[in-house]
Amino acid sequence: MDRVQRPVEASQLLFESERAPAFITGSEAVMEAIKRANVDMAIAYPITPQSESMHLIGDLYAKGYLKDYYRAENEFAVMAAIHGASLGGGRVFTATSGPGTLRAMEMFPVWAGSRQPIVCAFMCRGVSLPPSIQPENIEMGMLLDTGMLMLHAENVQDFFDMLLKAYLIAEKPDVHLPVGVFVDGFFVTHTRETVMLPPDDLKLLPYDPENSPVPVFDMETPPMRITRDPLLNKSNFISYAANASWHQEVLAAAERARKHLAQYLGGLLEVENPNAKIFIAASGTAVSQGREALKDLLDAGLDVGLIKIKSIRPFPVNELQEATKNAELIVVPEFNAGGWLAKEIKATLNENNRVVAGPRVFGGMTIPKELIISEIHNALNRQNQRL
Amino acid sequence: MSLRILKPTAEFADLLPKEYQELVENGPYHEQKGISDLGTFKEIIEEHPHCAGCGVALGVRLVAASLPAPADTLIIGTPGCSFFGLAQTALNYSNTAFGNQNAVASGLKRMLKIRYPDRNKDVVVLVGDGGIADIGLDMTLHSWLRRENITTIMVDNEVYGNTGGQESGMTKEGQVLNMAPEGKKFPKIPVFELARTSGCAYGARVTVASPRKIGEAVKKAILVAREVGPTYVQIYTPCPTNLKFPPDQTVKVAKDAEAGYYSFEEFISPEAQEYMQKTTKAV
Repeated sequence: MDRVQRPVEASQLLFESERAPAFITGSEAVMEAIKRANVDMAIAYPITPQSESMHLIGDLYAKGYLKDYYRAENEFAVMAAIHGASLGGGRVFTATSGPGTLRAMEMFPVWAGSRQPIVCAFMCRGVSLPPSIQPENIEMGMLLDTGMLMLHAENVQDFFDMLLKAYLIAEKPDVHLPVGVFVDGFFVTHTRETVMLPPDDLKLLPYDPENSPVPVFDMETPPMRITRDPLLNKSNFISYAANASWHQEVLAAAERARKHLAQYLGGLLEVENPNAKIFIAASGTAVSQGREALKDLLDAGLDVGLIKIKSIRPFPVNELQEATKNAELIVVPEFNAGGWLAKEIKATLNENNRVVAGPRVFGGMTIPKELIISEIHNALNRQNQRL
Repeated sequence: MSLRILKPTAEFADLLPKEYQELVENGPYHEQKGISDLGTFKEIIEEHPHCAGCGVALGVRLVAASLPAPADTLIIGTPGCSFFGLAQTALNYSNTAFGNQNAVASGLKRMLKIRYPDRNKDVVVLVGDGGIADIGLDMTLHSWLRRENITTIMVDNEVYGNTGGQESGMTKEGQVLNMAPEGKKFPKIPVFELARTSGCAYGARVTVASPRKIGEAVKKAILVAREVGPTYVQIYTPCPTNLKFPPDQTVKVAKDAEAGYYSFEEFISPEAQEYMQKTTKAV
């Protein structure tokens, strides 16, 4: 190990210690976060654009920061082995991208159903529709109901902070659920930014498996099956009720995460120009593009604001309703063809004809600010024609 | 695990199910019990909801009675007939997505080594033929190739029983089953041979007609997995429901198989052999 690390309270590591600037990529930010997260074990499988970050985690293991690390045989096996490692009562990490996410899909509800505080980074990219390795976040739309919490980082700084905070939120006994930290691949993973980092001789306190709503799977507690047959396979009312109440508890645990998200992330969303009549609402790097558009629109004298959505699960329903209560137009730029964020927002707001589901780009292109600006002008023209 | 953890508070003892009390008083957790002692102690598996004459239920029962250290054994299963019996055991048992068992066991064993560096925590995969030879074959082989310290036990009923009698990779060539309307068109997958070539330090192929051999094989497999490397036990557990023989003929069907294509076989690596000699001497 480069340095001897001291485990400290999360508040000291995240908020009180003095930070210093580092000019690093998103992949390097993953390494910097995991270095300070006191992780026991990580498991890797290569896929672009995730691979570099998991190489760097391997380097951390070689230096002694982690106690175990290996390259597994495919993403389903990775997520299954991470599930097994987490059953054993330690802190774990892995990461994947696009097709890897889909290959591993069956395991994500298992993590949530087993109440495991697994943190996984998703470096989002296109899936085979047709094949693309380029940035795109359609996989997030496919993960909305797996039971895991979902945070969407805008930039490298967000990525670093959200990964560390993800462990704190995931491990709260009243939550104890997996957290996915998502970034738009390449735009964040392969871009260098100045990031403010706390000292690397500090790390989080170790995970405490006794502080969990489910018993650790190590035969040190009375024998109990994690997935018992009443939850699984009996055709009777008691079995259905047991399954349903367990499922409801997973959803309730995600709701209970809201207060912790508020504490650590400063809220599930951020608003610029809260009194505006027109809003750009986005998550991930679409927020950065929205911010560029915002500057031009404000210069042109339009009354525009920006909503940055940080938590996708749980979704900031009340916050969004409050932020847009006087808005006349909400434009939702996205890096995917499906428009999952616009659908979420439309399902959340009254008078959802105010919501414009676009512009959407995919296949690897960035969102030019001009596209967002013209979407707003077109929508305003349509509204004027209706009047 | 300490027996203290199992023992209920005296004031509440009589509120617990009789099954539980018997297990605490007369379970196999802290004495060396084996198959020849069956009937003299409270078994960690008792009732099961399998079909009459189920070979898998018998296989699971015999494995449970053969564990060298049940108080420190973690069982990883997978969906299929095998989990009905396992769900009735007084062991920690986990079963999630179909076919993922050897990957889950790899992660679990490694984490238990981190958390209990000075103790043996036996991680045992106990799964049917569909889970090991078909949907989970890649993860089975990779766990062996990586030399994970886990024991894999297949209860081979040569069919997907729980889903209604479909052909599996372990079905005999020519057998007519659902999804094999003209009979299976390729031989049994040679998982036992694959175990030998993929790095298992010990392997045994047995049938439920030979309980004593199962007892010895399971014990050896788990001991070798602790120190040497991955191990594999394949148990023939015939299925009367789907292979259409009378349920009182299960053991006879197994015995006939053992005399023919399912003969007893065993392999052990020189390193495992040396380890077993040392262990036996120490005992």
